[in-house]
This record gives sequence, structure tokens and C-alpha cells, in this order.
Amino acid sequence: MRVSNLCGGVNALGSRVRRIDEGFFEVDAGGLRYKELNTILRILDRRRIHRVRLINVEGQRYIGTGLRNISEIEVHGTPGNDMGAFMKGLKITVYGNAQDGCGNTMSSGEIIIHGSAGDILGYAMRGGKIMVKGDIGYRGGIHMKEYHNLKPIIVVGGSAGDFLGEYMAGGIIALLGLNLDGGSAHEARYVGTGMHGGVIYIHGEVRHKGGEVVELDLERGDRIVLEGLVMEFSRNFDMDPEEILDREYYKLLPFSKRPYGQLYAY
Amino acid sequence: MKSYMLPEFNVYRDLERCVSCQVCVNQCTYMVHYYDEEEDLVKSREENCVGCLRCAMLCPTKALKIVPNPTSYRENHHWTRESISAIKVQAESGGVILTGMGCDKPQYTYWDRIVLNASQVTNPSIDPLREPMEIRTFLGKKPKELSIEAGSGRYSLTTELSPQLKLEMPIMFTAISYGAVSFNVHESLAMAASESGTYFNTGEGGLDRRLYRYGDHAIVQVASGRFGVDPSYLEVGAAVEIKIGQGAKPGIGGHLPGEKVSREISRTRMIPKGTDALSPAPQHDIYSIEDLSQLIYAIKEATGYAKPVSVKIAAVHNSAAIASGIVRAGADIIALDGIRGSTGAAPKIIRDNVGIPIELALASVDQRLRDEGIRNEASLVVAGGVRNSADVVKAIALGADAVYIGTAALIAIGCTVCQKCYMGRCPWGIATTDPWISKRVNPLIASKRLSNLLRAWSLEIKEMMGGMGINSIESLRGNREMLRGVGLTDKELSILGVRHAGE
Repeated sequence: MRVSNLCGGVNALGSRVRRIDEGFFEVDAGGLRYKELNTILRILDRRRIHRVRLINVEGQRYIGTGLRNISEIEVHGTPGNDMGAFMKGLKITVYGNAQDGCGNTMSSGEIIIHGSAGDILGYAMRGGKIMVKGDIGYRGGIHMKEYHNLKPIIVVGGSAGDFLGEYMAGGIIALLGLNLDGGSAHEARYVGTGMHGGVIYIHGEVRHKGGEVVELDLERGDRIVLEGLVMEFSRNFDMDPEEILDREYYKLLPFSKRPYGQLYAY
Repeated sequence: MKSYMLPEFNVYRDLERCVSCQVCVNQCTYMVHYYDEEEDLVKSREENCVGCLRCAMLCPTKALKIVPNPTSYRENHHWTRESISAIKVQAESGGVILTGMGCDKPQYTYWDRIVLNASQVTNPSIDPLREPMEIRTFLGKKPKELSIEAGSGRYSLTTELSPQLKLEMPIMFTAISYGAVSFNVHESLAMAASESGTYFNTGEGGLDRRLYRYGDHAIVQVASGRFGVDPSYLEVGAAVEIKIGQGAKPGIGGHLPGEKVSREISRTRMIPKGTDALSPAPQHDIYSIEDLSQLIYAIKEATGYAKPVSVKIAAVHNSAAIASGIVRAGADIIALDGIRGSTGAAPKIIRDNVGIPIELALASVDQRLRDEGIRNEASLVVAGGVRNSADVVKAIALGADAVYIGTAALIAIGCTVCQKCYMGRCPWGIATTDPWISKRVNPLIASKRLSNLLRAWSLEIKEMMGGMGINSIESLRGNREMLRGVGLTDKELSILGVRHAGE
């Protein structure tokens, strides 16, 4: 297949696309607007390309949104807001930092970020996994909910901003705190505010917890789950799992599935 | 604690007519009627009665009368029965008073103080029975100009048009979520919208898989809790609506209590069974017009720019400026919901005091968008207490493209506006998720009633338009010359952009 044909109506964009291997293409995103870049991705998607490498990504939004067939995207550079919004069954690996709204309302798939990520990571996600090597911003995992056989998972290697797990109604957040010095605490406040489902595993103290959560020691089942997540995390980022697991963890659970049941007169 | 509340209603049973058949016992979901075996009599616990009239309407011998309790507090225009009762309820419970339906206070209704014009002598009226009347409406962004290419006797449009919703009449069913109402009601609305060539709005509770076949006539809603929102949900709807606010409760969120989250509701909302479905007021990815734009375009990216995106807000003090921002953020449709907008549950104090009347909001938003030269960029849909076809005509003359009806549609199905939707025990089978009660709504019959209502209103709209000498809804839109105010102040008239009757 000739690359210039690939983009059909958008010939000017065709020069951006380079075939690397069967079903594997590279797109130079430098200087493109998000709509142009995502148009190229949608065209590749319709051609049932499996794997795409994006280079020189410069803050383009919505990478990975509205795709059905592409199964893997590598992002080199800095993707923009809402990467993987409404995403289903795709794996995105970012070699850099991600911005806000990453994994917004995603249904399934995987996002691996080799740097840090911004605010509202995984807003209302109901399935799939997000792993961040570094830190995340405010309101990570807000409105996350599990459903049927879907269980969303967020693993953060570093630390998190305030309101981690706000309104959380299911799934797992693991905050590994790898960058905490001995004895120092996460800056996060109001962790688990309004939480009414799911579990948050944490290494290191947080400055302030929401009124709806209770702090408990890990049980055997928790250890097994956490171990699995850490193994996967270390594989993704080429780290030593033993070192990560050889630390203290506790969990936050919601008091109730009905946090605001007592507000009304009748 | 002893309750000092008086029963709201008295139940009078005519013992000469009552045959102790116990229909009322079976129909009342509030356990008002019960059968006393010893005396072979049906009796009442009238303190439970909410005045929904289910029993009175179904009693085969018409033996029941439900009468507002004449025993009330001493008459006082300031300390009304409502305000005294509210204090007693709160003194006994310490909680927020909930209510259902829209605001029931008279002071916010401007429709009744606006009258319509009709042709006499100087220009002819049109007889809609004889002549074609166009009330088909398209919702979506309209181009500023059209360019047409002529070539060898054929003309083709070269302007790229934005996606549009096509309505056979300027009336749609408003956002009512599955969970607030029963599945049967959702299905009835979906069926009637399909039959009548208009749209129903899923509300924020997702769309049940069984209703995906009505997707061409569904506007799917995305709200802060993102219930039931996944790629197939966005794909199946004809349009997507981002819910920012709701007229019945501007500034506060929704909250479906865990006991209502049954297996089916949990499947549709895609949340765990039995947990509270919390939909807080803010969407935490939207703190500004720029953020709103980001979500609008996320949805457009997810749906390949093939569907209009609507943004729904409650009518509040600065609606005009907010609406301008929404248009500039890229919305194709703005839905405005006024203070009389309805709800399944809201704190009464919010419902009755927060927001502004839709008539004023509509007039100011339409005017602002015109002044800024961006009125064509988005369609305007209004909601909040539209009761009849005259309200629809007045709304369109004030600048709306179409209206949403909610309460009117539920009344067509059977609702009697008893305002107890939040109890989840609606004896009419509407505002409930109880499978036993919700069987009372038969979707085949209910959708027929809804289609009849839309047909009747369409006929009336055509009559009124014909009377004004207008044969196309396009010529009525924003045509405020067809309106006059009665008993309104200069300020009210200037905001509405209409003159006083007699002028």
C-alpha cells in the first residue's frame, strides 16, 4: 500500500505517515492540529492498522478517542488533554508526560505513562488500566466505578494531588509513593471524599482523608491483588518489584455504599 | 416523637356505593386503604394519602372522594399551611425537605401574561385544513450563508452543512432518566418519539440495551456521573447532550438512592447494584467555557463529528452571557431549563427559589445571540413548565427553535402531579422502579397517548399560526411582533422584547 494513497482525501496529511512494518505505521504529529492528527488516526483505524507510533506529539488532544481497530498507540512527546477519552480496548503508551483528563470515561484498554499525568486522571472510568510511573494531579480516579465484569485500575508510582478517588464507586487505585523520602507524607488532602465503593491502596501517609473513608490494614486478598498490580507496574517500567513490595501499605475503604443517605426529611 | 402534622387529604368513602371489592387496597402504594375483615369494611389511613387520585379513578363504583383536608391552621397569608407544615416536618426530622415535579408557585408564570396576535382584514389568515402548514424543525448549527454551484441545469449545494436533528413538530420529550421513571415509561417515550418523528432524551441514567433500537430518536445525555456512557451509547444516539444544570435544581446535583439501584438500573447506568448513584453538580472536568469546549469536542471526536452536541443549562441570572460562551465553545444546541422545570427529586427550597422563569431567560438569550451575530451557530431549545400548545407558540415567537416537554408528557401517561416522585412508589407506575407497580404503564397504550398529545398540539399550533397568517414555523421564530404583554411592567416588557397589549 502506498503511503500517499493512505490518506485519500487528505493528501497533505499523507506525507506525515510512514509505514514501518505490516500493520505498523508511524505518524509525525509535529505542527498538526488535533483534528488533523485524529483524522489520520481514524483513517488508519478504518484500514485496520494494528499499531501506530506517533512522534513529535505536541499537546494534541483526544488521542485514542473514537478508534475501533487500532490496538496499540505509542506516543512520543507530550499528548494533550483528554487522551483516551471514551476509549475502548486500546493500549496507549506515552513516553513522556500526559496532561489533564487522561482516560476520561474510558471503558476498557490500557494507558501506560512513562512520566507524570495531570488532573482528573481516569474520570468516571469503568474498566481498563492506567499506570503512571511518576505523579498525578488533582482528582485522580474521580467517579471511577466498577460494573459487571469491568473493574477499573489506576496505579500511580509517585504521589497524587488532592481529592484522589473522589466519589469513587468501584475499582482499585494504588498509590505507591515511590518518590517519598522516608517518613514524608503525600501532599494529597481529602483523599476518598464521597467515596462509596472500591479500594485505595497507599504507601505513605496522606495529609488529610475524606470523611467517608476508613483506614485499614491489608488482608491476604489485598496483598495478592497489590502484588499482581506491582508486578505488572514493574514490568511496564522496568523496575524491581521486590523493592516496591517490601514496604508498608494500608488501604482506604468507604464506610458505606450510601454516603449521603441521612440528609432528607423523608 | 409525636408528630404534629395534619393529614393533607381526607378520604371519604360512600358506604352505600362501596362493595368492598378492594381495588383501592390493591392500587394504593402508600397503604392508605385496608380491608377490615371483622367488620367486612374497607377503611383508610388518611395520613398516608398524597392525593394522587389513583383509587378514586379506578374505583368501579365511584365510592371514593379525596378532598384536601379542610381542617387547617388559622388563615394567614404569610404563615401559610405550607410554611407551617414545612417547619413541623423539619422540627421532627432534622432533614432537607424533598419534593418532586416542578415549582408550583404562581409568580413565575409569564406565559399567562402574554397573548398572541391574529390577522383581521389587513392580511389574510390561513386555513390550515386547506393549506400546507410547515412546522418541521431542524436543530443544529446553521451556516451563515449558502453557496450553490450551477452546472448544466443542475444545482448543487457546496456549503458543508452541520449535522441536524429533524423534528416533525417543534416538541421533544425532555431528559427523564431511567431510574427516576420506570422502564415502561422510558419505552413509551421512545416509542412515541419514533412514531411522531421527534426525539426523547435519555436523561443522565443511560439507555437500556432494549431501547437501542430507538436510538435514531434518542438524545443521549452525558452528566457528571457519566452513568451508562460508553462508545456504543454515544454511537447509538441521534445527538448527545451534556447536562450542566437542571431547572428544578440549578447548582445542585442528582442523587439516585442506592435502594433504587436494582439489577436493571445498575446494568443501564453501569454502576454497582445497591450503591448511591451520585451525580454531583459540577462536572469536575469542566470549570470554564474552555473546559466545556474540551468535552464538546471530545464527544465530537468520539462520534466522528456526525451528531449535534447539545449543552443543557438551568436558566439563572447570567444565562445570556453563559449561552454566548456555550455557543462559542462549539455547542450545536443549547437547552435552557427554567425555574418551573420538573424533577424526580429536589430539595423543595431549591426548586421553589433558585433560577429564573424560562420566558425571561429565553428572551434574553435569544436577543444576546442575535446581538452578537451568532444566533445561527446554535439552536435554542427551552424547557420548564410548557403546559399546552400556546406555551409552545409563545416560546417560539420569543426565539426558541423547539421546546422540551416533561411533566406534560407524564400527565399524558397518567401522572396527576401529586409531587411525590421522590418516594419511588408512584401509584401510576411512572416515577418508580418497582416492577410490580411499573406494570401499570403499558408502553403500547402510553405511547399512543403521547403520540395523540403531540398530534393534538401540532394541530393547535397550525391553527394558531394560520390565525396569524403564518404558514411556516420559520416565520414565527423570534417573531415577537406576534406577542403582546398584559399587565407587565416596562422592565419585564423590555426584557421580553414585546410591547404591551393595546400598543
